[in-house]
Amino acid sequence: MPKKKEVRKIVFNSEKEMPLAPMSLGSMLHNKTGAWRNIRPVIDLSKCIKCGICWKFCPDASIDIVDEWPQINYDYCKGCGICAEECPQKCITMVEEEK
Amino acid sequence: MRKVIMGNHALSYGAMLSRAQVIAAYPITPQTQVVELLSEMCADGTLNAKFIKVESEHSAMAACLGASLAGARTFTATSAQGLALMHEMLHWAAGGRMPVVMGNINRAMAPGWSIWTDQNDSLSERDTGWIQFYCSSNQEVLDTVIQAYKVSEKLMIPSMIILDAFALSHTYEVVEIPEQEKVDAYLPPFNPPFRLTPEDPHAFGGLTSPDHYMELRYKLQKDMEKVPDLVEETGREYEKMFGRYLGQVEEYLCADAELVFVTSGTAGYTARVAVDELREKGFKVGNLRIKLFRPFPFKKVREILTRVPKVAVLDRNLSYGHHGIFYQEVKSALYGQSPQPAIFGFVAGLGGRDITRDSFKEIADYALKHDRAEEEIVWIGVKK
Amino acid sequence: MSKERKMAITIPREELMSPGHLACQGCGAALAMRLALKALGQKTVVCIPACCWAVIDGPFPYSSLDIPIYHCAFETAASSASGVRAGLDMVGDRETAVLAWAGDGGTFDIGLQALSGAAERNDDIIYTCYDNEAYMNTGIQRSSATPLGAWTTTTPVKHYKKERKKDIIGIMAAHAIPYVATASVAYPEDMVKKFKKAREIKGTKFIHVLAPCPAGWKSRPEDTIKLARLAVQTGYFPLYEVENGEKWTLNLKLKERKPIAEYLKLQGRFRHLKEEEVNWIQQEVDANYERILKKCGL
Repeated sequence: MPKKKEVRKIVFNSEKEMPLAPMSLGSMLHNKTGAWRNIRPVIDLSKCIKCGICWKFCPDASIDIVDEWPQINYDYCKGCGICAEECPQKCITMVEEEK
Repeated sequence: MRKVIMGNHALSYGAMLSRAQVIAAYPITPQTQVVELLSEMCADGTLNAKFIKVESEHSAMAACLGASLAGARTFTATSAQGLALMHEMLHWAAGGRMPVVMGNINRAMAPGWSIWTDQNDSLSERDTGWIQFYCSSNQEVLDTVIQAYKVSEKLMIPSMIILDAFALSHTYEVVEIPEQEKVDAYLPPFNPPFRLTPEDPHAFGGLTSPDHYMELRYKLQKDMEKVPDLVEETGREYEKMFGRYLGQVEEYLCADAELVFVTSGTAGYTARVAVDELREKGFKVGNLRIKLFRPFPFKKVREILTRVPKVAVLDRNLSYGHHGIFYQEVKSALYGQSPQPAIFGFVAGLGGRDITRDSFKEIADYALKHDRAEEEIVWIGVKK
Repeated sequence: MSKERKMAITIPREELMSPGHLACQGCGAALAMRLALKALGQKTVVCIPACCWAVIDGPFPYSSLDIPIYHCAFETAASSASGVRAGLDMVGDRETAVLAWAGDGGTFDIGLQALSGAAERNDDIIYTCYDNEAYMNTGIQRSSATPLGAWTTTTPVKHYKKERKKDIIGIMAAHAIPYVATASVAYPEDMVKKFKKAREIKGTKFIHVLAPCPAGWKSRPEDTIKLARLAVQTGYFPLYEVENGEKWTLNLKLKERKPIAEYLKLQGRFRHLKEEEVNWIQQEVDANYERILKKCGL
């Protein structure tokens, strides 16, 4: 099992804290790309047929499968709209983010 | 076991005894024998290594770096145009902290095409962060390859073992080939502090902002500064085990000299013969052969040369628009030192033109007659 | 809807790419990596040269992939991968797969020598070109993968690209390597199948993935999958495999091809094209598709 990467903003106070070579020490999960979007997908689960297409096509792996239902991870979703576009049931709507 | 071998083969034996695991190389005159012998050694099982027959020198270094990062001990060899083609990747090796050991045959840069000895190729790479050893005998070449792995892998900095085209690469000399078990005792297997492994995944070499780049390079420099002492330490260790000391410089009759030649490569040994002949005629001259050029052996050079009134640096290279490179570096190392010797810079032997004992007599003649050089560069052997 | 019914998952579930990466909204290349890693699994090392993915993964000291990455010099995706493979073999690891993951620039142009070298040696690597059809990372300059008629910053509208897209599959097939294939992010099951197949083969494998780029194609982010699908459905980017340089297999037989205009009109980079130019492109697409059909024995 690979070591779990740290999820935090990494700050080096001295060169002594830095690795010898430029190598990664933590995960990009610290970077909440949800802040990028101005529209957000909203899934109407009552129409959802659990086809898996939205989960399959998300370039940001930001749709989780929770209890066999798709769930948007709004921390990271960039609002690209692919899920809404591809959903065969058209049960995903893109909604303007509130200011 | 003593064998009569050429300089190129001394490199091959060094790599073989060091148990290099991945070799990626592209042929170029006058390096070809290095890789040909290594190819044979891999084919007949003398050396358990993968030999990647890459399609260019750039790919050779790229493959070596990939293999090194995967945790394997790597070796390659090249010369002139090939070294120049690898230039981007030389920076990569040092910045990426991959301890590759490479043999470079000093050959003149084209155009016009020249296969003969000249130091511009390796000296053009002096800023890349590689350790550079300029060797003067086949024995030294073989021994230094082994020592270089030890130094490089301890500090995670790549090394270049440099020898003159034909004058050393193709010259046959008697070489004591150490026993494998003794080399194994001196040089343990490669055990890097980081590597490409799915069990502990990292991204190596990602985008590095101004917030971080400088510290990473600071670390490289600090580790480079440890090289001279480590060369001494590993050189003494080598002497204990194999009977031959491998140091940073070689001093010959400098203590009471009025004039010291500063030389490198095969000219470094021609100089010694000239020193003997001049001494017989009553001239108190000496020779300082610089072997470790990067990092520059400041301490040794200052120690030896500040005791001497005159220094004549011989460069088989030239930084166009400035001066010979060993001259520049020696001069800058001696700047501000007290006492300050008079330093003369001579350029000779470019493109493989012979450097002979007579060249040194001409140099001694000039340096002993003048208080200081009348021209910035004193050219030896040019038909003006 | 019954709560017991499971979601229909047709590709491996495991995520080896985390969110939080720096790809643009709707990036085809990001999805391509996500899918490729699902197929290859965690025991993979990837060599990424200069390209969008060199940036997408995240800056030092972070990464968004759960596999080791060697960020390598631009033209060295294949040569670095060859070295990594040899190194892993020598340290006793024959299980981990070595993936070279380069853009079209690092494959068709500056990286072509190293790729040809590795292929000629049949080095055991999976070389993937994720093709967004221009040097996107440096700001949308043309590559030899840029299609006929496209605008890029170095093929401005008055001088749009008049050279055909380089036939990289033809070039790789000519090396007679064991496996060459095309894939599209709109056909994830097919793509996963091909990567899994490649992983099981010894020798050089080359997979050409079409990765639409909203930023460079001037298309809507939500259209990325639609574009990757239309590219296949028009016959512009057929899905096929070539094994050992001689066995050509068309994976998706199209009963009817959609007109190329349908594909072009969704992309601003083709907006300047007049009707006769679109017809010209249609002819080129037709000719190329027929040529591939013939090779596949159809």
